[in-house]
Amino acid sequence: MLSWLPENISTYGGDIDSLMYHIYYITGVWFFLTYGVIIVFLLRYRRQEGQKAAYVRGDSLTQAGWLLVPLLIVLALDLWIDFQGSEVWAKIKIDAPSSDLLVGVTGKQFNWEIAYPGPDGKLGTADDLEMENELHVPVNKVVHVVLRSKDVIHSFFLPNLRLKQDVMPGRTIEAWFEATKPGRYPLPCAELCGFGHSGMEGSLIVHSLDEYEKWVQKNWPHKP
Amino acid sequence: MSNILGDVTQGTYHEEKGFWRTYVFSTDHKVIAKQYLALSLFWAVLGGFAAYLIRWQLAYPETAAPGASWIPEPFMYEGVVPPEFYNVLITMHGTIMVFFVAMPLLLAVFGNYLIPLMIGARDMAFPRLNMLSVWVFTLASLVLLISLFVPGGAASAGWTGYPPLSAKAIYTGVNWGMNLWIVAIALEFAAFLMGGINFLTTTLNMRAPGMTLFRLPLIVWMQITAGVVFMLSVGPLIAGAVMLLLDRVIGTTFYVPEGGGQPLLWQHLFWFFGHPEVYVILLPALGIILEILPVFSRKPIFGYRPIIYSTIVAGILSFIVWAHHQYVSGIDPRLAMPFSITTILISVPFALIVFALIATLWKGSISFPTPMLFALGTLGVFLIGGLTGIFVGSAPVDIYFHDTYFVVAHFHYTLFSAVFFGGFAGLYFWFPKMFGRMMNETLGKIHFVLTFILFNTTFFPMFFLGIGGMMRRIANPMQYEFLQPLQPINVFITGSAILLLISQGIFAINFFWSLFRGRIAGPNPWQANTLEWSTSSPPPHENFHKIPTVYRGPYEYSLPETAEDWLPQNQPELEEVKK
Ligand code: HEM
Ligand SMILES: [Cu+2]
Ligand SMILES: [Cu+2]
Repeated sequence: MLSWLPENISTYGGDIDSLMYHIYYITGVWFFLTYGVIIVFLLRYRRQEGQKAAYVRGDSLTQAGWLLVPLLIVLALDLWIDFQGSEVWAKIKIDAPSSDLLVGVTGKQFNWEIAYPGPDGKLGTADDLEMENELHVPVNKVVHVVLRSKDVIHSFFLPNLRLKQDVMPGRTIEAWFEATKPGRYPLPCAELCGFGHSGMEGSLIVHSLDEYEKWVQKNWPHKP
Repeated sequence: MSNILGDVTQGTYHEEKGFWRTYVFSTDHKVIAKQYLALSLFWAVLGGFAAYLIRWQLAYPETAAPGASWIPEPFMYEGVVPPEFYNVLITMHGTIMVFFVAMPLLLAVFGNYLIPLMIGARDMAFPRLNMLSVWVFTLASLVLLISLFVPGGAASAGWTGYPPLSAKAIYTGVNWGMNLWIVAIALEFAAFLMGGINFLTTTLNMRAPGMTLFRLPLIVWMQITAGVVFMLSVGPLIAGAVMLLLDRVIGTTFYVPEGGGQPLLWQHLFWFFGHPEVYVILLPALGIILEILPVFSRKPIFGYRPIIYSTIVAGILSFIVWAHHQYVSGIDPRLAMPFSITTILISVPFALIVFALIATLWKGSISFPTPMLFALGTLGVFLIGGLTGIFVGSAPVDIYFHDTYFVVAHFHYTLFSAVFFGGFAGLYFWFPKMFGRMMNETLGKIHFVLTFILFNTTFFPMFFLGIGGMMRRIANPMQYEFLQPLQPINVFITGSAILLLISQGIFAINFFWSLFRGRIAGPNPWQANTLEWSTSSPPPHENFHKIPTVYRGPYEYSLPETAEDWLPQNQPELEEVKK
């Protein structure tokens, strides 16, 4: 079922996917167990002439064990999922690696404005290059994205990188990724942002290192 | 016992009144419940029609939806939904289903109808306040209806109304539609606050002699917990809504960044209310199945007290999970873990209730009339909703699933199971009490089987859409190359959804046919123990010819020492029923 996931091309996407698979197996087992038990009970204890139901109120401690034991298992599994999750979360959201490259992405109704810092490596200077909807990055490099919005909330979504981050007007939010495979990937907006929300989409273009060099040469021919 | 208002309210004698006094301006909790029933079913039809238009658009973008060409411009163009109107449709569908169907049906109908009957009271503690509540709700309904027709169009910022999209008319082109939407919801809240106060006061003060708190039917516990959760959570949202209205109407900047405002503020206020709200809907539905399962398995509910404690714990936990709706909204990332933990922990009390329900079936003597089928259906569907909640509760996984169809699938599995399965279970079960006649069993069973199958074929594939990356609230998936391979699923879902909607017609036919032609029910057709079955069907104006005295808990089925397999709460002597 999870094989419907878009191909993962990010360094941390695998961690998210494997967490997803763990939850999938755990919930899958519970699903079949509980459904199995319910169906067996419904068949086994359906009404029969002259047979009375048992009078069990579940208020003695031995009977309550039937609730408490599965409950403790649920609790243990819950905490295990949380524990695993916090590691993945910390890796993605808290301990960001230092960046090789900076890009600015600004959402507006209904496009992504992408800003490249140019040779000086800083955003907001004269040598910046601005493009609409095309995010060019090199493969295997840590890219930091500086997210802003001009009007309403948008959401920066890169399905193949397992990256989603809302873009809040009035705030600057950072995200990072490292793509592992060259190609062209979708970059839709995941938050309702007005009548043009459907169709607001850019592309992520992951270049091989040579290709990226060529792209840079073409856009900043006088790179010092 | 604990009957301090008894002499005042229970002793008053109501005279026979004319049509208007009996059916329209009535203070009788049973009539009020029926008024809420009529209103919520009316809204369910509209909400369902919106769902149809949404689904049609998603399967066949920019083509005319059959049967919709009568809708005039500028809503639709010869049956085709323009993108602005698509956003109105999802906003209205969500708003209608949550605030104008789920809450009225599960809380107002069942709470109003059942609480006084089940605790052995003549009416609610404040009957006039109760009447006011239904009239304020009617007003809210009117305002929401009017908001569809004002210049500029209706609200289109989603039912969550995130600013700044909702805060300034320039972003959507909508002005009065949005203002009226806020007013409608505020009025609706006012109505339910009056209801909640009534539920709580009535249950605490007007119980019949012998009805201790631990002899209350579980649905009463669920209803009052839901009422308290609603009362405690709604304040911040009303404050938030006032600020939003001020932003829109006089140009304050609570949520608008240009003036130093913060869109996140709304999200915190909204979800501080919005998440508990889910339990406000869920608990009464669980209460309904907790009433039905023991009756048709002829067994006491397993773990009566643990269920009550779990309910209270779930109610409390529901207040500290709100930020799980905001994992990717740019809040401090260190907040995600505590919220992830509380979110996944909330599965523990619900797991207990589910285990208790399953244990109730064990060694039962189970029969399967329609109410039981729907109750089991609720449980089955809700289980999938609960299990898939773990995915979105886990912060890292939610990075991917947030705002995709995985979420849409997940919340329909929880909300639809509560509202429609739970609601139908309750309606089939208490119909004989409410209207004095039985519903048709054959039609009921066909209705159940179709609803159960078609519900799953409609919503289960939405998990696949979400896994495939399809965002929610997009009007046209075909605009995205990476979603085009998923389009056959969208077409399939739409087919199922249309059949699902059509099959609800069976319920409508059954309902009206049984209302006039159904078999006469008698006071207690299901041989159930709780007090509402001890009076005639439908109950007289003040419920009981004589206020019953309560001798035991509500679920004493199949006691070993009795010949009968049931023992009503108000049956005095155990000796009399002994062999
Ligand atoms: C046949 C029945 C139904 C169908 C086919 C249906 C379909 C849908 C679809 C496709 C969406 C997603 C719209 C989008 O994100 O683009 C949606 C949203 C929603 N539905 Fe339903 N639905 C049905 C019944 C219900 C019921 C019974 C409830 C609740 C009690 C409900 C509550 C909601 C809510 C709260 C939303 C979110 C709206 C938003 O995104 O702002 N729906 N529905
Ligand atoms: Cu956008
Ligand atoms: Cu958008």
